[in-house]
Amino acid sequence: MTQDNSSRTVLVCQGTGCVSSGAVPIYDALEAEIKAAGLDIRMKITGCHGFCQQGPIVIVEPDGIFYSAVKEKDVPEIVESHLKNNTPVERLFYKDPVSGDPVGEYRTIQFYANQERIVLRNCGHINPEVIQDSLDAGIYDGMKKALAEMQPAEVIEAVKRAGLRGRGGAGFPTAVKWGFCAAQKTDQKYMICNADEGDPGAFMDRSILEATPHQVIEGLVIAGYAIGATKGFIYARAEYPLAIKRLEIAIKQAEEMNLLGKNIQGSGFDFELEVFRGAGAFVCGEETALIGSIEGGRGMPRSRPPFPAVQGLWGKPTIINNVKSLSYLGDIITRGPDWFHSIGTEDSPGTAVFALTGKVANCGLIEVPMGTTLRKIIFDIGGGIIGGKKFKAVQTGGPSGGCLPEEFLDTPVDFATLAKAGSIMGSGGMVVVDEETCMVDMARFFLNFTQYESCGKCVPCRMGTRQMQKLLEKICAGEGEPEDITTLEELAVSIKEGSLCGLGQTAPNPVLTTLRYFRHEYEAHVNEKRCPALSCKALLEYEIDQEACKLCGTCKRNCPADAITGNKKKEIPFEIHKDKCIQCGMCYTSCPFDAIVKLSPGIKKEEPEPVAAG
Amino acid sequence: MQERLEKVLGEYGRSPADLIPILQHVQDEFGYLPQETMDGIAAHAGVPKSKVYGVATFYTMFRFEPLGRNHVCVCRGTACHVRGADQILEHVQRHLGIEEGETTEDGEFSLETVACIGCCALAPVMTVNQEVHGRLKPKTATRTLKKYATADKEEGQ
Ligand SMILES: Cc1cc2nc3c(=O)[nH]c(=O)nc-3n(C[C@H](O)[C@H](O)[C@H](O)COP(=O)(O)O)c2cc1C
Ligand code: FES
Repeated sequence: MTQDNSSRTVLVCQGTGCVSSGAVPIYDALEAEIKAAGLDIRMKITGCHGFCQQGPIVIVEPDGIFYSAVKEKDVPEIVESHLKNNTPVERLFYKDPVSGDPVGEYRTIQFYANQERIVLRNCGHINPEVIQDSLDAGIYDGMKKALAEMQPAEVIEAVKRAGLRGRGGAGFPTAVKWGFCAAQKTDQKYMICNADEGDPGAFMDRSILEATPHQVIEGLVIAGYAIGATKGFIYARAEYPLAIKRLEIAIKQAEEMNLLGKNIQGSGFDFELEVFRGAGAFVCGEETALIGSIEGGRGMPRSRPPFPAVQGLWGKPTIINNVKSLSYLGDIITRGPDWFHSIGTEDSPGTAVFALTGKVANCGLIEVPMGTTLRKIIFDIGGGIIGGKKFKAVQTGGPSGGCLPEEFLDTPVDFATLAKAGSIMGSGGMVVVDEETCMVDMARFFLNFTQYESCGKCVPCRMGTRQMQKLLEKICAGEGEPEDITTLEELAVSIKEGSLCGLGQTAPNPVLTTLRYFRHEYEAHVNEKRCPALSCKALLEYEIDQEACKLCGTCKRNCPADAITGNKKKEIPFEIHKDKCIQCGMCYTSCPFDAIVKLSPGIKKEEPEPVAAG
Repeated sequence: MQERLEKVLGEYGRSPADLIPILQHVQDEFGYLPQETMDGIAAHAGVPKSKVYGVATFYTMFRFEPLGRNHVCVCRGTACHVRGADQILEHVQRHLGIEEGETTEDGEFSLETVACIGCCALAPVMTVNQEVHGRLKPKTATRTLKKYATADKEEGQ
């Protein structure tokens, strides 16, 4: 593994995740240390590698060595040992969660080795703020080829042959949508990139925008050319300041190199691009609401038809595509539609990008061929459940999706299989939960979200989600009645059928899937007033296991409600007073000896109710 | 205030389509949307004042009250939820003595919740003044807040 330093590059991730773990001072320290050592080594900042959990991440190329959780004080050792003396610092290697072994080469880390990266290929390897890096990586080649050698109809045909389906959620065939728009004869059309990424628990689009903004811009130009749009927008979520900044830099660079603007590369095609900063409304991810928002109004959906492809922004034909859908386009043109079609399944060609989070050992951004099983994703790439706990369910599709139990682990993931199971592919959020998560609470969580985010325009969604949320809260509080479950089911059907847009139409999915696969948990809450996952506060009790208790007093100090008494010196055993306990769990999480027990005893024998005299 | 407002408005066209960017810029300038700016914005964008309020109240980003010196956002997204965001939020609320949506009496901290910061792999997460803090435990959350409180005081001296 000896390397000549002049060919070496040290890459330091500067994605939002790594920055929050302290990656900026590490870059500065490395730069200073390398200079002080008189070494001739290139340094590069990159966007997200998708493994933020291990951040800050430093990679040394071409050695392919991956350092995780690097601290400033580790920098001299990396420079001295690895860069000067060619001995990588094993102490900073990633540790495999299953075997516990240190793994130095990132290509052999299970998290990466099991992926097939197309959209994410350049993430973490190029400097998003230096356009030359993107050009060297072949970004814009597809666009140049399309503009120079292909007619718009040929571009649409290529995307059709590739079989690309939209990655924003519904999986609508991209070429079909484009075809409608291309057929419209008018003076102006618009091409919009949907970067609103509203699913709370997903960050695929954010990472792509931060790591390879030019890939998205290239896709927008190709799409604009195909449909005949000369003006484009990127609708970006307000909560993503870094992504917005990088996009703005990238647009400026692309304009300077005539990759955007008038007569791009001498092709005669004009395309202007602008970033529109969202202002915080989940429903604006829905395409007609998004259009309303760019027009300067309240982002409320309207009924379709007319579809935006015919009548969209300012009444003009408009196409809206997700960040990931657009990111494939360059490669589909350069490598050909057949290449793309050969990946994945017949029904859903290509790859799927997921933000794998929750209770898995390896959280992060992953890309696998469509048709990969959930087991492979969660256990091989994700490294299984943390803390040796038991897998319970995986949630896909965010607030529009559902929770699938263990029996689906061997299901190959694509648009059709997930839909059949009652969930959806969605934009790529994948949250894994273990035995400690209550599925009724999970449903309540999503209904809280959709209820809050419902724009209020149509009654089934506005009132219906509120009713469902109230019922779920009632059940979680231990006040549920058996008929509440049937009411939930009835409401779900009416909301699905009666709502105006996708938000309402899919809002009941989290409830329906949990009812379908975890009905026993609802019944335990309702009939026995018991939370089997020991999660719903109102149904919990805490006790101290006197044998395990070492009288250290940590629980008492941490209890905000003064509900714990006891004294080490006077040897008074510690005790939790139920009348004062607010079930906050601080004692449980703070006890160094695991001496606090969490219980959900359920109903004890109750006194027969006095019969009211009549 | 009117002068600063004029300067912001001067950068935008006079069409209703500029309303959201104008509101964002006004909020960046003042930290919130002062009531006194509403007439000016409405006149500039050529829309009724009711429309300005309609839009400003629709989006969660806009606020009509100034924030405290430190702006705390606790994430309540799915990934954070299953990793204990509720406990973090409760603990932060108790520590600051305020509920979400409120500002402490000394004007030191404002507390809000957000749907997802996009750092789900580091759950549970909160931001303080847009800086992300991940892998929180109740204790590390309060320790982080204490740092911001003291950092302010040191700067002020
Ligand atoms: C409530 C709601 C929220 C949505 N949020 C998003 C989103 O955040 N990102 C996205 O790309 N699509 C979102 N969609 C889907 C879009 O309406 C649209 O179908 C998609 O952007 C089309 O792009 P595609 O064809 O490339 O998938 C959402 C839909 C609904 C109903
Ligand atoms: S869910 Fe909290 S950052 Fe995404």
